[in-house]
Amino acid sequence: MASIDIDNVRKNYGAVPVLHGVDLTIKDGEFIVLVGPSGCGKSTLLRTVAGLEEVSSGEIRIGGARVNERHPKDRDIAMVFQSYALYPHMNVAENMSYSLRLRRAAKERIASAVSNAAGKLGLEPLLERRPKALSGGQRQRVAMGRAIVRQPKAFLFDEPLSNLDARLREQMRAEIKTLHRDLGATSIYVTHDQIEAMTLADRVVAMHGGIVQQVGSPLELYDRPANLFVASFIGSPAMNLLKGTYDASGAEAGIVLPDGTRIALSGPYALQSGTEVTLGIRPEHVVLSPIDGLPARVSLVEPTGFGIILHLSVHDLPLIAFTLDRTRLQSGPTTAIAFPPEHLHLFDGAGNRVVRAN
Amino acid sequence: MRVSFLGTVFHRLAILAYLLFALFPLFWLVKVSVTPNDLLYSEGIRLWPSRTSFEHFRFVLENSAFPLFFRNSLIVATSTAVIVTVLASLAGYAFSRFAFRGRAWLVALMLLTQMFPLVMLVAPIFKMLTPLGLTNSLTGLVIVYTAFNVPFATFLMQSFFDGIPKELEEAAKIDGATQFMAFRQIILPLTLPGIAATLGFVFTAAWSELLFALMLISGNAAATFPVGLLSFVSKFSVDFGQMMAAGVLALIPACLFFLLIQRYLVQGLTAGAVKG
Repeated sequence: MASIDIDNVRKNYGAVPVLHGVDLTIKDGEFIVLVGPSGCGKSTLLRTVAGLEEVSSGEIRIGGARVNERHPKDRDIAMVFQSYALYPHMNVAENMSYSLRLRRAAKERIASAVSNAAGKLGLEPLLERRPKALSGGQRQRVAMGRAIVRQPKAFLFDEPLSNLDARLREQMRAEIKTLHRDLGATSIYVTHDQIEAMTLADRVVAMHGGIVQQVGSPLELYDRPANLFVASFIGSPAMNLLKGTYDASGAEAGIVLPDGTRIALSGPYALQSGTEVTLGIRPEHVVLSPIDGLPARVSLVEPTGFGIILHLSVHDLPLIAFTLDRTRLQSGPTTAIAFPPEHLHLFDGAGNRVVRAN
Repeated sequence: MRVSFLGTVFHRLAILAYLLFALFPLFWLVKVSVTPNDLLYSEGIRLWPSRTSFEHFRFVLENSAFPLFFRNSLIVATSTAVIVTVLASLAGYAFSRFAFRGRAWLVALMLLTQMFPLVMLVAPIFKMLTPLGLTNSLTGLVIVYTAFNVPFATFLMQSFFDGIPKELEEAAKIDGATQFMAFRQIILPLTLPGIAATLGFVFTAAWSELLFALMLISGNAAATFPVGLLSFVSKFSVDFGQMMAAGVLALIPACLFFLLIQRYLVQGLTAGAVKG
């Protein structure tokens, strides 16, 4: 096990920059999830740590030692690929033991490592099978097994669950978490699935356009998104974002929406009156049918089973609300809503979070 | 999908018609080779002679230089196939996996070599090989055949390598393999069908090549069997029976070769590597 330091890492493909100076310190034993939309550079960052891509500038250290010039084989890391990348001409046991055989480990050690890993992953009955005789979930397990037999310094996961169906994905997600708890290995996990990011991570790294947008615990990102990208990317259904202008006049500060509606904020913010801002509120924080609220039209009701998603429009502004209250299924064409000030997020013109001025 | 009965019948008939068309010359070759000389012309258009004999085979094997031609062809075709496949595997892998300067130029250059009618090159090649003492030698033939087959074989191998997911090598490298070990232990075993196809293709090409064999070789010592076959054509007559018998014999190695490699040709070895 080891810590991983990523120090101002840049990566260009020809003239196209993919990573714009990424800094990240991963503690020994930490589970880090890189999350972001396709093309945000998260996979590229992972591959630079693995040594499958060279960095254009910056430094990567594993366990304190610079590894920029080291080949993947000399970095002592294991990686699980999205496509599993099992060796088709080897059976499960051979797939799992390949790394140890390359290192000329003793036969007894190989056998015990393989049976140990197979036991953890429930692969014992499959050891003699070739990959093509396995189901998707089993192949995924073999790929994990191949990573853990070696006890490497760090595990790298490149969207390992993307090819599985929803149910299996949930199951494997829990298994990966259990495995990490048992092994305590430093892990970097790349995904575009925010649920995976939220559930697995000690810390989530949200990336966009080759830049780290925010690093923090899952709930930190959810409760205090640093900017508009994180606010809209984390959470499903996504946070409602309304454009307006900041208004510090009157008893309490507020936001004036384009149609003139004023929404009260709690406490003043460090902003000039008249500044263009974006107001954010999560769908589950929209209060329905308060005593005195804004009139809203219900345009669509989506029951998810767990709860209900209501598509609303407030003076022609689209808005989404989420509620667990099933009586809302029969709600009429109109309702009223309110925005509790303590649940409002404010972002300035550049999209960065604005904090309350105390 | 359910295929109608009529569709199946038509499908089978079409295959049958094609097979008959493709195999009829072969059948005729065998038929003539077992027809005794006295029946050759009197029963010329019968599908099968009223009497068969192996006299042509016996004559070819015992009284002609054919065994020598046969041996020469075997040496030339096997050497060419092996050398070309080794070169093409390495080159095809490089084209498939590495980005390097001049790559596009190399590909274009190799393509260019495929655009000339070979006849144009006979004279210059003869000119080049004569001072080197490589005319009238099997080595000369192997060199020429190798040169002509490497470009196409390289493209062939490249397409096979392209079909193998890159992640497999990456996984191998992370598991602790060098680039070459990943190539030898992971990629090469998966490319066996491609290697077999390339071997077979080059072997048959070299086995049946006539133009250069005819131009570069004079005399029997280094003649290959296509050249040898021509010796059955004399100024005044063609000895069809013996020629066909020699032809049948010449088919044997090619058949054996494909029997040997067909297991790899049909096997989809990469199944199960990645999701699918």
